[in-house]
Amino acid sequence: MPDTKSSAKTEKKPASRWLDWLDSRTSIRLLLHEALDERIPGGARWAYVFGSGLLYLFLSQAVTGVFLALYYVPSSDHAHVTVSYISKVVSSGLFLRSLHAYGATAIIIVLFLHISQTLLYGSYKGRRELLWLSGCFLLALMLGMAFTGYLLPWDQKAYFASAVGTNIIGEVPVIGEPLQELLRGGPQMGTLTLSRFFVFHVFVLPGLLMAFVAAHLFLFRKAGAAGPFKEDPFHPKLPTQKFYPRQLLMDMVASLVIVLALALVAYFVPFRLGPEANTSDTTYIPRPEWYYLPIFQWLKIVSGKWSLVGGILLPGFLALLFASIPFFDRGRERRPWRRPVVVGGFAIFVACYSGLGALSYHDDAHDPNVARQLARQRQAEIDYMRQPFRPLSAPSSAPGPASAAPANVDPLIAKGAAIYAAGPCGSCHGNRAEGTSKAPSLIGVGGTYSADRLSFLLHHRTPNMIDGGMPPVNLDKSDTDALVAYLRSLK
Amino acid sequence: MQAPADPEAQMCVRERERRSFLGYLLAAGCGVVSTVLAVPLVRFATFPLRAPAEETSWSDVGKVDDFATLTEPVARTIDIKRVDGWHSSTEQNGVYVVPTGGGQLKVLSSVCPHLGCAVRWVGKQDKFRCPCHGGTFTPAGVYVSGPPLRGMDELESKVENGLLKVRFQYFRQLIAKKELAG
Repeated sequence: MPDTKSSAKTEKKPASRWLDWLDSRTSIRLLLHEALDERIPGGARWAYVFGSGLLYLFLSQAVTGVFLALYYVPSSDHAHVTVSYISKVVSSGLFLRSLHAYGATAIIIVLFLHISQTLLYGSYKGRRELLWLSGCFLLALMLGMAFTGYLLPWDQKAYFASAVGTNIIGEVPVIGEPLQELLRGGPQMGTLTLSRFFVFHVFVLPGLLMAFVAAHLFLFRKAGAAGPFKEDPFHPKLPTQKFYPRQLLMDMVASLVIVLALALVAYFVPFRLGPEANTSDTTYIPRPEWYYLPIFQWLKIVSGKWSLVGGILLPGFLALLFASIPFFDRGRERRPWRRPVVVGGFAIFVACYSGLGALSYHDDAHDPNVARQLARQRQAEIDYMRQPFRPLSAPSSAPGPASAAPANVDPLIAKGAAIYAAGPCGSCHGNRAEGTSKAPSLIGVGGTYSADRLSFLLHHRTPNMIDGGMPPVNLDKSDTDALVAYLRSLK
Repeated sequence: MQAPADPEAQMCVRERERRSFLGYLLAAGCGVVSTVLAVPLVRFATFPLRAPAEETSWSDVGKVDDFATLTEPVARTIDIKRVDGWHSSTEQNGVYVVPTGGGQLKVLSSVCPHLGCAVRWVGKQDKFRCPCHGGTFTPAGVYVSGPPLRGMDELESKVENGLLKVRFQYFRQLIAKKELAG
């Protein structure tokens, strides 16, 4: 049917024809239109880039996290050695691990910027309570990711910081202790704690994050972009601009800046792995990551009889207050200088939080004992990173006389094993005393004969033994005792 | 910053061209950045393929003096250190120390070149015999009879500080030529 319409179609570029093909099957143009032609009142602005920046960082964490899982093993026996292997042996391993570790820090920074922008612009107003609440959940989930991910390398600082962190949970009244044990998988930190943190970090929290990111985006698109703070939150009046191309371009430039900054830091100041967690170390002074430092300092101040009020109730109250901001700040007014309670309250909180962090650094720097120990810990990390990688050595798969005696074996038995291996015994009874066609197995011989009887038989062969080719044994008393001890240990 | 809020239908041709040009620019930019970012990821994931082939380590067989009076092959179990990723393990395997005259020794793998069973030394018959399919070899490991296509495999050995050391390797089975496996 060569009508004018189809002939016009055939003149189209191949890319466009391919898009037609795809569009007729997926409605991709509609989807793209939906995604890209979002109207922004007042036009594109740099102030709006942080949300996309967070989305990019989340994707980056997901991708680097999946790749790290190619080598990581979540058990207290293997976590540290596998992270060490990633850092010291695998190509680009140190870089990717640093990207992932610094990515957590970057997320905290961009989260702060995103929240500050939303608060200052009053962008939570105008039927955006659920959008704000989903953001609060995302904040909590991200903090949970930072907390659970911190333990996974199982080095000194990871172990002790998480021990302190889970101890804080134990202070919650009534449910604190069972909650702490549930989280740790027992009363003490151990390999079960690591498994639990791993499951939270890799399965539970990312799943929730994805769900809440989707909800956050949906609610954002439903409510529409809020625009600048002079805009009416309910009925935007300013002329609009489409998301694509200007805002998308700005968002991508911002993401590019984040990538570059992260990559430069990860490349030139790689994230350090410290020595493996030594749970019996009583000198180690744990310090959390810098963004948790103010909380840590606060808990130092309110420890003792104020710990319940200061450590649990006040933070809980502040979190609730924060989440309920769009429910009590409801007017049309969005200009920050006309909303002194919310903006001022936020500013005071930020000032206090930063002040506590600065105080913590100040305290550590001015206590000579602490400063010395912290310097020592830092040096231990640097030294550990300089050491070549040492693979984890597993015990021999089939222990026998020829293998090196494990450290926990009775020295007498080990000596006997050495005598057995050095003598001709193995050529007839088998190197593992398992027996051959020439002579019977000696495994279980201790159940049949007493030590004295075995010792006697070694020196006074029965006719049967002589016929079988058993040579005379020429050993002194102590060597005989050792050999007998070894034979009796064979099970 | 201010953009006209004209509807889709009125979008002039120039604007449409500008949008599609920007689209290509963005796509190209994304492509370049993702490619650069993918490099460390690909290197990371394919590391095991490029890791330097690990040197097979030398294992101790025993003191060379212990074998000085040897008149017939004797079996020894050796420990073979193997590094598997971040994990190093010790495997055990059987070898035969064989006197070759003049105080010289050689070390034979106990792995049958037929199908990999452990060959046994049968002193009474003065020959090696594979228990699985009956392949037999002389005390020096030379093929005598049965299904194997070649003699027993000699392993690289050396004497260091009075210790006989051997480098245990696996060889391909079912072929007449001795050829490293893997």
